[in-house]
Amino acid sequence: MLSTSFTSVRQRLPRRLVALAIVPLAPAACASPAATPAASTSAPAAAGAGQISVGLITKTDTNPFFVKMKEGADKEAAAKGVKLVSAAGKFDGDNQSQVTAIENMVTSGVKGILITPSDTKAIVPSIKKARDAGVLVIALDTPTEPQDATDALFATDNMQAGLLIGKYAQAAMGGKPARIATLDLAPGISVGVLRHDGFIQGFGITNTDPQVVCSQDTQGDQAKGQAAMETCLQKDPSINLVYTINEPAALGANTALKAAGKDKEVTIVSVDGGCTGVKAVKDGTIAATSQQYPLKMATQGVDAVVDYAQTGKKVSGYTDTGVTLITDKPQSGVDAKDTAFGLDNCWG
Amino acid sequence: MLGMDMTNAVTQGIPQTTAPRETRSFAHGLSIATLGPLIALLLAGIFFTTQSDRFLTGPNLSLVAQQVMVVGTLAIGQTLIILTAGIDLSNGAVMALGTIVMTSLAVNAGLNPIAAILIGLAVCSAFGALNGLLVTRVRLPPFIVTLGTLNIAFALTHIYSREQTVSNLPDVMTFFGSTFRMAGTNITYGTVLTVVLFLVAWYVLSQTGVGRHVYALGNNPEAARLTGINTRRLLLGVYTVAGLIYGLAGLLLVARTSVGDPNAGQTDNLDSITAVVLGGTSLFGGRGGVIGTLIGALIVGIFRNGLQLIGVASIYQVLITGVLVILAVAVDQVARRRQA
Repeated sequence: MLSTSFTSVRQRLPRRLVALAIVPLAPAACASPAATPAASTSAPAAAGAGQISVGLITKTDTNPFFVKMKEGADKEAAAKGVKLVSAAGKFDGDNQSQVTAIENMVTSGVKGILITPSDTKAIVPSIKKARDAGVLVIALDTPTEPQDATDALFATDNMQAGLLIGKYAQAAMGGKPARIATLDLAPGISVGVLRHDGFIQGFGITNTDPQVVCSQDTQGDQAKGQAAMETCLQKDPSINLVYTINEPAALGANTALKAAGKDKEVTIVSVDGGCTGVKAVKDGTIAATSQQYPLKMATQGVDAVVDYAQTGKKVSGYTDTGVTLITDKPQSGVDAKDTAFGLDNCWG
Repeated sequence: MLGMDMTNAVTQGIPQTTAPRETRSFAHGLSIATLGPLIALLLAGIFFTTQSDRFLTGPNLSLVAQQVMVVGTLAIGQTLIILTAGIDLSNGAVMALGTIVMTSLAVNAGLNPIAAILIGLAVCSAFGALNGLLVTRVRLPPFIVTLGTLNIAFALTHIYSREQTVSNLPDVMTFFGSTFRMAGTNITYGTVLTVVLFLVAWYVLSQTGVGRHVYALGNNPEAARLTGINTRRLLLGVYTVAGLIYGLAGLLLVARTSVGDPNAGQTDNLDSITAVVLGGTSLFGGRGGVIGTLIGALIVGIFRNGLQLIGVASIYQVLITGVLVILAVAVDQVARRRQA
């Protein structure tokens, strides 16, 4: 359940418009494949004999996180001389489209499928069928339930992401008594729980600590982040540290804090490392964020499939694709990179 | 034949008439409006056959059939309603509710799976009847009624399922996902059920009095009423039957995915309308039929499958579908103006 839900609708819409604008430039021949012979040029090396092909199935086409993931997969496929076939659901949670994509890819003869499962349980029977047909299946970003339904998982260690900003926040408070608000994801979603618990643990407290004065769910949405912050400020105007599940929620919280005239005295820390988020770190709106790397997930995924195709060796288990603390106000004792590094490596 | 004569009588002198050529038997299925989509389907098929040696194979075509059967079946109900000049936005949500009721009763409540399926079908039929009652008795526009029931069914699905996907279904429930072998190809019983449903719907619409009444109602409800058709009862019947068909679509979905998924069907309402429109059925009612709808559903499925086989990202299928929908409606409009 990672990133689609993390990007506000507001952020997604313009992307969709951009995508529409780009469409006429894309293989236009597809629009009437039956009518024009030029169409064949848009399908280079169609299922060419012996060429390895790799499938990539994301939750949606529009979220920057997945756009970056696809970009990474495309580049790596080109570098390795293999063919990448991609597909996506129409919305977060669209299991049927992902099932259909798996079936079509297996039929088309892919060696491996990289998938960010939209419905972590419902997709399992289809993944099993693909694996039974000899296809290597790797989950990117989001584990299936159970996790071993796929051959391997390439994802961010969300606990570690939380720990980093927890430690940073502890150091940044400099011994001042903290009044903490946590703007979380939603109940029971593992990504949200892990980041939250990581933050709390990194800060060196427990969930029942009186320093945590307010916890609200935001679904990772900017508008809901703002509403959650407003509610928290009603509950306790003395809040001075805000943890957010992702940067859209952080920006929403900042809007609420600004309206209350408190944005200067409150420290916001976050997770994700999207480009908008890193810019917010650069201009000081967010103090620090833990950056994750969708591009790396895809790159390593493509490599693993190519390796399997060439050697028959299957990758297995969990691979941590890494997380880095990004801030321009480093604290001693906490490893971090500056926003220049963050902007070089951000997604979106 | 008597029924058809009546339809002609009804539509005489009214600008939006059924073309005379549509008045006989199979012509209902294969009118001019269906010819375009059929040609598009064939051309797409030929194109993909030349581009990928995996396309025109038994297993792949069986796969396409499996992939379109859920939306295709929903689109049968949608066709019935659109023929009456109505629209149903609730069908995907009603189907999802049906699947959750079925699977949850069988797995979580331990009910006999057959009984659970029947209750699921009954719930869907009841939702159809609710739509029908609101349209006929309260005289609300179908668009608004089904927009309301879309939200109601969606919410009930999520409340009842507590957002949990239901898995480990009993075998009886996934029967339609199991296969038999024919000509070296595994075909699912679900595909067979879908074909049977299309045939039954085609037969009823084109060969029976009730079917002709549906067309008459869609052409001109007032005239239909004046010729003695109980239009309210007919409409209520259409919506209820559509609900039952959505339940069957739900059963097919459960069989296909082996889970009860509360998030299922969210775009299926528009996908089913797409299939209907692509198939040449007019959104203004009274023209078209289920054979066209089947072709419409297959066009979407063939493009999705074929583009994937030749390695084109799935988003282009969405783009192509959009273009084809506009083309189909434009053709319908032109045909309409010519007749007027």
